[in-house]
Amino acid sequence: MNHLRPDPRRRRLVLAGTALAFTGSALATPEQMAAAIKAFTGGATPAPGKVTLEVAQLVDNGNAVPVTVRVTSPMSAGDHVTAIAIFNERNPQTDVVKFTLGPRAGKAEVSTRIRMATSQKLIAVARMSDGSFWSGSADVIVTLAACIEGEG
Amino acid sequence: MKTLIAMLAMTAALAGGDERKSGAHFMGASTQAMQRDDTQNPAMLWVGDGAALWTATAGQGKSCAGCHGDATVSMKGVAARYPSFDTHSKRVINLGQRIAQCRQTRQDAPPWKPESRELLALESYVALQSRGMPVAPPGGPEVGLAAARGKAVYFQRMGQLNLSCAQCHDEHWGKRLAGSTIPQGHASAYPIYRLEWQDMGSLQRRLRNCMSGVRAELPPYGAQELVDLEAYLAARAKGMAMESPGVRP
Amino acid sequence: MARALVTVPATAKRGEIIEIRALIGHAMETGYRPGPDGKILARDIIRSFSCRYNGEQVFAAELHPAISANPYIAFFTVAAESGTLEFKWEGDNGFTQTETARIAVT
Repeated sequence: MNHLRPDPRRRRLVLAGTALAFTGSALATPEQMAAAIKAFTGGATPAPGKVTLEVAQLVDNGNAVPVTVRVTSPMSAGDHVTAIAIFNERNPQTDVVKFTLGPRAGKAEVSTRIRMATSQKLIAVARMSDGSFWSGSADVIVTLAACIEGEG
Repeated sequence: MKTLIAMLAMTAALAGGDERKSGAHFMGASTQAMQRDDTQNPAMLWVGDGAALWTATAGQGKSCAGCHGDATVSMKGVAARYPSFDTHSKRVINLGQRIAQCRQTRQDAPPWKPESRELLALESYVALQSRGMPVAPPGGPEVGLAAARGKAVYFQRMGQLNLSCAQCHDEHWGKRLAGSTIPQGHASAYPIYRLEWQDMGSLQRRLRNCMSGVRAELPPYGAQELVDLEAYLAARAKGMAMESPGVRP
Repeated sequence: MARALVTVPATAKRGEIIEIRALIGHAMETGYRPGPDGKILARDIIRSFSCRYNGEQVFAAELHPAISANPYIAFFTVAAESGTLEFKWEGDNGFTQTETARIAVT
């Protein structure tokens, strides 16, 4: 499978295969991700910028993908990040995690490990104390592991 | 000039074209960081459990500590010397089997199943005490014979895909199998937290995954064939630094 | 009780920004995975994590099934005063766990 040249037809086949692995439940779509982001922002469209989503371009394993989100902000009482949310576009659910921060954070940086069902885009959205929203994204390639458990 | 070149060549040869690389070498930077850092290595959760089990009494009221004292002292270098020959059962056994045997025969406690959480926790805790030390398979004829049998298994084609361990891990390491880079297959980091399992597991679990990968029949846990393979892998990795408990994709 | 590993510096200078790492053992069963009998295993995840610094919440997280097993979260906080940091995880099936750490701020 060459994930570097997205062929829409092949992607649908790949998704179908992965969906079977999830025994029939639907996977999220980019449209659902956009809707989830709108739900987080109350309808506003986040402006691209200030948010860096640090993640490997090609992961070792989709079960545990380390990600770090950094947001440029003075983190002062008057100007700080109040929340950071991460969304995906092809897992069964679009929400990944939502962090609540405040001026006591000192630095708007969080790290965690997430599950990624397949190659897809991740988007991190930050909510600022002035009510504005900013976003950053990353495209990640996820491949299946060789030599897996099997039966027995 | 010719003498200088010859001398340089000899020095290079002596410096050991040790081409051996740990499995960690073939992982991404973030997975390497996960293993390197005890504050984020998931295996440390099992180590914590193992440390607690070490002092917990079992069976007839004995704990590991009761006989072995402080593990950071008494278990130093132990994991690096397995598999080894057990005079009690007259077989070559691995560390997990030794721990299980101690529990049954010395502590008189009900056995733990292979790959059980408790057994892996203790194995991780004991193996941690050898971290950084060289893999040091013990001498002796029985271990040597086991390693020789294991070597035959390593070079034996198996499964529907009819591949031997050597074909991937000796001849094609560094190249890709699907999306993964093929490592050399040195067993110096076990037990490992394998991201694919989302869980801790022993070398035998990993070997069975490989065999599953080539569509071979899987020997049961504890099979002599698997222990022999472990003995060969220990000889093959002799001198490499122990990394246990490791993280692998 | 799950095994948890929280890393907090024991001491810090007042105003210093310190990093806190929290790792806890939990399968984070997604609710999408088939079990050995082929039936889907029920969802069983940690849903929230919070950090209170002398009683005041300084960080929180709402987790979804996309968070990996044995969840790991690293974040920052300002070392404001000496005291106790309390970490709480809550989730499905009544899962709840609290760990504490003390910090001396000079």
